[in-house]
Amino acid sequence: MSSNVVVIGGGAAGLAAALKASEEKCDVTLIERDSDVGGVLNQCIHNGFGLDYFKKNLTGPEFKEKLKEKVLSKSNIKIKSGAFVHSVEKDKNIVFIDRNGVNNLKCDSLVITTGAKERPFTSLGISGKRLSGIYSAGLAQKFINMMNLRPGNSALIVGSGDIGLIMARRLTLEGVKVEGVIEIMPYPGGLQRNIKLCLEDFSIPLYLSRAVKYVDGDRRVNKIITTKVDDKFNHIGGDDITFNVDTLVSSVGLVPNVKPFEFLEHSAGFSTTNKNRTSENWIFSAGNSTVVFDLVDYVAQEGEKAGYMAALQAKNDLSPAGKIKLLPGKNIGILYPSYIEKDYESKIYLRARQPMEKGVLLIPELGIEKEFEDIKPSEMIKIKVPAFDKNTDRIEVNLNELK
Amino acid sequence: MIAIIGAGVTGSLIARELSRYEKDVVLFEKNFSAGRGVTKSNSGIIHGGYDDPPGSLRASLSRKGNILYTELSEDLNFRINRCGSHVVAFEKKDFEYINKLVKYANTNGVKSYEIIDREQLKIMEPELNGNALGSFFCSDSGVVNPWNVAVSAVTNLQKNGGEVYYDKKLIRIEKINSGFRLFFEDGTQYEADLVINCGGLFADEIAKMAGDIVPEIFPVKGEYYLLKPEKTLTNSVIFPIPDENTKGCLVTPAIDGGYLAGPTAKKVLSKYDNTNTEEGLSEVRTRAEKLVPNINFRKDPVKTFAGLRPETEEKDFYIDVGNSGIIHVSGIRSPGLTAAPAIAKYVTEYIIQEKLGIKLTERPDFDPKNNVRIIDSFETLEEMNSFIKEHPDAGEFVCYCNKVTKYEIKKAIEQGARSIEDIKFLTGASFGECQGGYCTGKIIEIMLQDKRVKPEDIILNEKNSWLFSSEVRI
Repeated sequence: MSSNVVVIGGGAAGLAAALKASEEKCDVTLIERDSDVGGVLNQCIHNGFGLDYFKKNLTGPEFKEKLKEKVLSKSNIKIKSGAFVHSVEKDKNIVFIDRNGVNNLKCDSLVITTGAKERPFTSLGISGKRLSGIYSAGLAQKFINMMNLRPGNSALIVGSGDIGLIMARRLTLEGVKVEGVIEIMPYPGGLQRNIKLCLEDFSIPLYLSRAVKYVDGDRRVNKIITTKVDDKFNHIGGDDITFNVDTLVSSVGLVPNVKPFEFLEHSAGFSTTNKNRTSENWIFSAGNSTVVFDLVDYVAQEGEKAGYMAALQAKNDLSPAGKIKLLPGKNIGILYPSYIEKDYESKIYLRARQPMEKGVLLIPELGIEKEFEDIKPSEMIKIKVPAFDKNTDRIEVNLNELK
Repeated sequence: MIAIIGAGVTGSLIARELSRYEKDVVLFEKNFSAGRGVTKSNSGIIHGGYDDPPGSLRASLSRKGNILYTELSEDLNFRINRCGSHVVAFEKKDFEYINKLVKYANTNGVKSYEIIDREQLKIMEPELNGNALGSFFCSDSGVVNPWNVAVSAVTNLQKNGGEVYYDKKLIRIEKINSGFRLFFEDGTQYEADLVINCGGLFADEIAKMAGDIVPEIFPVKGEYYLLKPEKTLTNSVIFPIPDENTKGCLVTPAIDGGYLAGPTAKKVLSKYDNTNTEEGLSEVRTRAEKLVPNINFRKDPVKTFAGLRPETEEKDFYIDVGNSGIIHVSGIRSPGLTAAPAIAKYVTEYIIQEKLGIKLTERPDFDPKNNVRIIDSFETLEEMNSFIKEHPDAGEFVCYCNKVTKYEIKKAIEQGARSIEDIKFLTGASFGECQGGYCTGKIIEIMLQDKRVKPEDIILNEKNSWLFSSEVRI
């Protein structure tokens, strides 16, 4: 088997990448490990997707169907679902396994869009018993929305990331009493609109600077003791709140999936250039396998670009260019991409380390200075940078607070 | 009937060893699966046998056990990694202890050791704290998944006609003319000619039921971190110089990849207290960082857990016949896992045959080998390919982290797995980095394909550890 472009992972980024590469007249194979494409969109039945990419307010499954329909209409895209990638070999051979056996697939270029996984609650080193009733938010969402299973009667949400907020509302709507959402940081982890729509509208309290101290119960959770934390996350005594609930839903962060491609340069996710190129010239990556984005729209846009670049690479139309390291400076949490190829425009995404009423983004090497208001770590700051000709080996990005 | 109480690693191996001679061997276990008590949560080390005080029962059985593991792992089809172990000296005075180990090793018959100097140690363990001055290295030490030893022993017991009954909590023992009558919490009773008490943490309480006295068991808690295999931390088991009570907090490669750091050693009041505590976990972090400074407790933990060890004042195994006639295998503290195969032989060959004078004859039809293995392992992709052609389920992945397929999940259910953790311990699914974030849903889908299973019946491990309150919509 062979294909000009292979895309691994059929979520929003992968579907968009396959589509774009096919429009560039490449034969594309899309490999998906689950039984259907769509990734996490399948279980996100709430709306709020597509406002930027489709200019419409869609649910997750609608967003996926719109992309999938287009993909299915292309005769030069093959979808292999239920297919698990075993390895990628340097001679551009991809080994994947499905119910038919072990398969080899040759390609000219590869796009990795493997998304992210949830950080498990068990990894946090929290005191207490090992009990039933502790679920990651995504798993709880899958139980309710896709498997028709109610994971408990009353719940505390740990972590105010978007999935946690969405689940607070979802559980409430399905008759599970949500006693609150606790967040270890002094500010919420999810989008402001989700705080409003998922918590405030349902009178669900949000407790900031608060962490789980002890999980108790008798084979099933029945009590969660929480405590106030200082800015170094040390427990402060004297202000404990006990929640008598049978379910703990954790939303404590996402981790990019880089397996089994660890041979590529990566920190949390793959380090890519503004052309979505990884440390191997013929391998591209986009979406949450690079950094965790706040909106699926950006994931799809980046996927499209990766598909386009992979198609150029397959046709030998993409010249290897020098990479300039993009360095996170002051107050920058997450910065994307990792490198810039200066003969092409860039869209830089970043997250601030802490909220700021007003701040100024400084990229001295490129002469960029731009003010932003109401900066929140949960919402990415985006800035477009055109192609440039300056000679430099590093570009530092800083965010200075303005008082 | 010969009844064995407790399907931990010791009870399971004794039962399997007895099935070499007798068909009517029954193993009674209060949990839903073998190896789920003390066996489940420990360091999983096969010790070299160099640090047990010469002359103790521990010393002779742990050395023999270490040797027996090679054949046992081949017969029963579980994995062992003889990665070796270092006991590391950081100060000059630590060499006094190392010299003592040399003496013990020589007396205990351990030959596979070397004293490693500073430079050599740096080559063998580049991530080890640079202040290490040297080590006592034993190449016979290794690691296993302890529950796999118990489970595979039970599989072999069943293959040879023995039986295992789960969910059987012993509550009373009555002496009768022909032997003993055993009463279980579920109301059932069984008569046995011979009873072997392998009750782990509760062996002293079981002895009391029969009117016997064995050294009192007090639970000692050990807390652990399991860490991701992001980078190589150690190639072998790394021990510090121990204190009086324990071998100390170690760092070791785990058999499924990743690393284990721990345990602490804290006396606790309850035999059910397997909780993690902030003090315990922080002690593990501090001690492990001293051994391997680059260990990353911020980014790399997969999970934390705690286990209890059955400790006695004597700090030695107690294996003997009580006044009641019951055989007590009690106080099986460290290195109990290592010694277990030798304990099985000691009980059958010495206690039963010599001490009790019961003649056992080896059955010609005993088959020591397990050919089945729930987890697939293939040498080559061609092998895997032809296996999938015959069993398409083996090409459908359920757990992505540990690469467990639908074929293996179904096989675990066929073998009697009833809970999510049964499946986890049998197949390795959800043992990986995402801790079941993906595969728990898929495993439940497979369980629910059996129409007799209702969502409310699905449990995590024990009774009442329910997962779902109901369906969302009927």
